[in-house]
Amino acid sequence: MIAATLRVATPLIFGTLGEVFSERAGILNLGIEGTMLIGAFVGFATAYSTGSLWLGVAAACLVGIIAGLLMAVMTVYLGVNQHVSGLGITLFCTGLAYYAFRVIFGTPANPPQIQPFGQVEILSGITVLGPMLRQYPLTYYAIVLVPLVWWVLYRTNFGLKIRAVGENPEAADAAGINVYRIRAYALMIAGGFMGIGGAFLTLSTLGFFTFDIIAGRGWVCIALVIFANWNPVRVLWGSFIFGGVSALQLRLQLTGIKLPYELFLALPYLVTIIALTIANRNAAYPAALLKPYRRE
Amino acid sequence: MSKLRLEKAPAPAWVRPIIPLLAILVTFIITLVFIVWVKANPLHTYYYFLIAPFTSTVTLIELLVKATPLFLTGAAVAFAFRAGYYNIGAEGQLTAGAIIGAWLGVALEGSSAWVALPAMIVGGFLGGVAWALIPALLRVKLKVDEVVTTLLMNSVIVFLVSYLLNGPWRDPISMWPQSPDIAESAKFITLLPRSRLHFGFILGIITILVIWFIISRTAFGLKMRAAGSSAEAARFAGVDVEKTILFTALASGGIAGLAGVGEVAGIHFHLIQGLSSNLGYTGIIVATLGSLNPFGVGIAALFIGLIDTGSLTVSRALGVPVYLGQVVQAALLLVTLGMFLLANYRLKREG
Repeated sequence: MIAATLRVATPLIFGTLGEVFSERAGILNLGIEGTMLIGAFVGFATAYSTGSLWLGVAAACLVGIIAGLLMAVMTVYLGVNQHVSGLGITLFCTGLAYYAFRVIFGTPANPPQIQPFGQVEILSGITVLGPMLRQYPLTYYAIVLVPLVWWVLYRTNFGLKIRAVGENPEAADAAGINVYRIRAYALMIAGGFMGIGGAFLTLSTLGFFTFDIIAGRGWVCIALVIFANWNPVRVLWGSFIFGGVSALQLRLQLTGIKLPYELFLALPYLVTIIALTIANRNAAYPAALLKPYRRE
Repeated sequence: MSKLRLEKAPAPAWVRPIIPLLAILVTFIITLVFIVWVKANPLHTYYYFLIAPFTSTVTLIELLVKATPLFLTGAAVAFAFRAGYYNIGAEGQLTAGAIIGAWLGVALEGSSAWVALPAMIVGGFLGGVAWALIPALLRVKLKVDEVVTTLLMNSVIVFLVSYLLNGPWRDPISMWPQSPDIAESAKFITLLPRSRLHFGFILGIITILVIWFIISRTAFGLKMRAAGSSAEAARFAGVDVEKTILFTALASGGIAGLAGVGEVAGIHFHLIQGLSSNLGYTGIIVATLGSLNPFGVGIAALFIGLIDTGSLTVSRALGVPVYLGQVVQAALLLVTLGMFLLANYRLKREG
């Protein structure tokens, strides 16, 4: 159960932390779903052709950064509507990943496979924590990333700048911060995380690429950011809760108990809508979210 | 050091209508990369993409078939966006209309087409309205941002469809998860013999005319445009902004629902998983490309229908993967967005 929970949570942690970066800087990045998908594909294709899983992770990160840069050109430099740009990026990345898959692999009867990451045991002496400590390497990195992102956002000058451009870009500009550049950096970091989150699915859990591999996980991340109140530490708990519910649902299906498992799957979305409604008055929305910044 | 920056400077009025054309040109230049990648001849590719579909009746009709749901989802999105309501939920609202269509289509077994057809249309519309209701109410009553809620509702309905198809509605005869076929009388009539072009096409055109009339010829249209350009100013002028947005949001959902009924009653005749296949999201492309103008939406839907048909032609003739169409459409959306913006601003050297 715990192992399954962590496995489901890993791509969500990467994706949601990325989205936190982006939204903290004032950009709602609906490109997440497509960025995760193209990360999953590029990670897989790179690992397939080079035989190196870590090169796959690096390539997924890189393609995510490029997607983030594209989002930055649209929403930061041009200042175009964020929702429509984000969906445009998702549609573009999705189309591109499908196209590239067909170009490279054709229409194989069986999907091409790679040998995915094995699970690694750390602190193998402690038996109680045994199953918890047998995880994919990227899962450990995801968990380590949470305090790291918190530290960057709240304890570094760079993090302060990100929060400043997301809260009050005019004041940040007056204080000498290059609003455009900081927002672009935040989007590129966000894209890198999203790309790795997608690649976790191809490189760790599956070992192959399918067209519906992301299956709305990006939208779950959008929900989790709000649920986590834009706080990296709460992202971890949110992802665990979601992972736990999914793992429980799978377990219940296996036991043959007749339950509309779709209800469980829809639950995180419904809970987010309810949470949005209840918390709307005191939700810590970055004040400049959705607002393009332009120097007058 | 000199820097470039954007300065507000609206382009002359004659530029606006040609922006989509320029955007199409730029998009095709960008997509050259992907065509060269598969070592296809770009001229041949663009011929099969843009011209070949017009050379045979079969592909020409298919173009109209592909455009049919896009008239409606494009109109739904454009209508809502004009009032400043960012309905990203056409995908889910379309599916809600399809669910109602699949249900009524079976329930109306034995009734005449004169009863069944209006019932299907009204039912599909109301299905879309129902799925749009929660985000719309949350927006006007509690000021909850509609973008995230409409987006999440799209995901929720996927699970509802999955539940229906694997549970109560599963057609026992079929090996695929799908609902039973709808009654003959509930099917939309075909406009041309032996084609898939159905009554939904006419429904789409009527809808476009109706929203054009509402937006530009009625007091309500004036109110919704006012609410869209500046809610504050509209409120000051005495417009009930909340009521206007609520009505627009629900109507938008209803129009998307009509697209769903069309897909069930004219194409599939039953509910399947993934029935929409991005038609709702493509509606956002259509609305943007048509610059939120109803007639622009009509032309844009036909153009996207052309790309959908053309990508199949290219794939058959040259072996270029059919997903090139999706790449072109998304690139077109991004380029159009950028170009509309640049039309209102000008690059200025600073410093």
